[in-house]
Amino acid sequence: MGALLAITIHDLRLAWRRGAESLSVIGFFVLAAVLFGFGLDGDTAILARVAPGLIWVTALLAAMLALERLFNADYEDGSLDSLLLADPPLELVVLAKCLAHWLATGVPLIIAAPILAVILNLPGSNLVPLLAALALGTPTLTLIGAIGAALTLGARRGGVLISLLVLPLYIPVLIFGVGAVGDGARAAAALMALGGFALAALALAPFVIAYALRQAAR
Amino acid sequence: MITASSFAGSGLACIRGGRLLFAGLGFDLGPGACLLLTGPNGIGKSSLLRLMAGLLPAAAGRVRVETSLAYLGHADTLKAQLTVHETLAFWARLAGRDSATVDEAMAAYALEPLAAMPCRYLSAGQRRRVALARVIADGARLWLLDEPLTALDSASIQAFERNLATHRAAGGLAVIATHSAIAAPEAETLEIARFAGSDLADPFYRGLTVDREA
Amino acid sequence: MFNFLANPARFMRIGNAVLPWCWTVAAIAGAAGLYLALLASPADYQQGDSVRIMYIHVPAAWMALATYTLIAFFAAVALVWKHPLAHLVAQSAAPLGAGFTLICLVTGALWGQTSWGTWWEWDGRMTSVLVLFFLYLGIMALAHAFDDNERGNQMSAILALVGFVNIPIIKFSVDWWATLHQPASVFRAGGPAIHPSMLWPLALMAVAFTTYFAALLILRVRGAIAARKVQALRLVKGWNR
Repeated sequence: MGALLAITIHDLRLAWRRGAESLSVIGFFVLAAVLFGFGLDGDTAILARVAPGLIWVTALLAAMLALERLFNADYEDGSLDSLLLADPPLELVVLAKCLAHWLATGVPLIIAAPILAVILNLPGSNLVPLLAALALGTPTLTLIGAIGAALTLGARRGGVLISLLVLPLYIPVLIFGVGAVGDGARAAAALMALGGFALAALALAPFVIAYALRQAAR
Repeated sequence: MITASSFAGSGLACIRGGRLLFAGLGFDLGPGACLLLTGPNGIGKSSLLRLMAGLLPAAAGRVRVETSLAYLGHADTLKAQLTVHETLAFWARLAGRDSATVDEAMAAYALEPLAAMPCRYLSAGQRRRVALARVIADGARLWLLDEPLTALDSASIQAFERNLATHRAAGGLAVIATHSAIAAPEAETLEIARFAGSDLADPFYRGLTVDREA
Repeated sequence: MFNFLANPARFMRIGNAVLPWCWTVAAIAGAAGLYLALLASPADYQQGDSVRIMYIHVPAAWMALATYTLIAFFAAVALVWKHPLAHLVAQSAAPLGAGFTLICLVTGALWGQTSWGTWWEWDGRMTSVLVLFFLYLGIMALAHAFDDNERGNQMSAILALVGFVNIPIIKFSVDWWATLHQPASVFRAGGPAIHPSMLWPLALMAVAFTTYFAALLILRVRGAIAARKVQALRLVKGWNR
């Protein structure tokens, strides 16, 4: 357990020292919202209607920004070999890295979401459901994204390729994420679906990712 | 209880890029043993080491590992933003070892003055020393080292030879692929060229023979 | 049976023997199907003759899904049993599946335009097909993104399986989402019950599409095996310099 915690702290420390990572994710997130504001002519009525969708789409895109670096650095400097050979099972190592990735990119999105809610005129009553949805949805985004990152290790044009692979798989999270922003039974059902996705991803993604990493190390 | 044989392999074959690199290769190492892999570039030394480590599946044959292992390839596995001490401490923690191990590893390669230096400022030789220190910090009994002496000066080479001797005296094993000479008493040598394969290993076209230049 | 088919030469012999039959059945079924579809079957009382696009659109949709299932099956065979031909078959089928998906999307758009005046409707079915198209593109792109062909095939196979598991999830999500809007379901196939006069042309077109697909697949796999042989011979020649 201590070993896994060490991995998470190690990755977080690296993300912190690199500095740009979390900040650029938040920066992109907020900037995209501003662009939408201009693009939609600052029409607050329209913005209020589309705010949940816009926030979620930009969250997806922002989440994808940092994916390429998840395994690439380890792959290139040889650390991946040592992680494969380490004591803890690779699936847990993968979870530890994904946890660090989510803390460095997903949580900042959740924190920045209220800013976007204000810019995009999201009705106040929708803020808490939005935050809950993001909290449940962003881990799934990290895990599915990690599958894409593992599959594209060593590929040419890996960054663009990850987007093509991962965005179709993000669509269910997007649909239910937007659906959860509201009140009523439908929104509650959507929130539960998001929770279900997160649990399924937690259970299944590490195995796929570990398999792909072992293939990549060959 | 140290068993007589801690690391053995038999009938090993390796296929890389559609070619059969080697076949029928075997070895048997007990505690304190050291195996040197020799052969020209591209013969398959690195592939054999990765195969021994379990990173590459063997096309034939088996490897029996009865001990913990540490693998060091060509890359140094150093992260530019972390200091030497942080790097070694991380790998030690991953292996479940305590901080005393880190001090021991740093002392083995005279890295104490560099402890707080971020890895981006290290020279090639210093990076290799940190990578070798990581192997010690890992505490594994079997060392699989690919060209460990790259970029090392003579003082560091001697430090490596000393550490290797200490490791072997304590019952550890080592398999080292190297071009340079290493002072390792009673080390066996495995010349991979003797096992070089000559077949194309594409499963579609088995048996197309390749005549290698001698 | 796997080992039996694993021999490329044997596979080629069987494929070559089956190929003419595929072309023949495809031609006959296609001709008959088109005749029934375009001439002998009734026009829709609402849409008129443009409903006949359905006879291309629906079989194309079936093929798009069936091909993906085939790819996922061969991907699993390739990864689990390391059957050498499985990767070739999966990769050869991918562009064909993408083609059918594209046909489905284009005919769907044409159908919508001629019948209801819109090129695109955000309903559950067509959106799912669009996402399927992107899954196909991902499989093809990933396979060709590596310098090492084997690595590309393997990663693509993993992706195909991940996508396969996700298809029901995506369909479920999109349908759930579509119920929020007018369930216009512009692209229903036929009426509440499919009349026999519509069923026959549909079935014939489905048979025609399937045999056509089989013929193309055999051709593509034949080409892939030949390319492999060329690659092997090049390697041999390079060393025997």
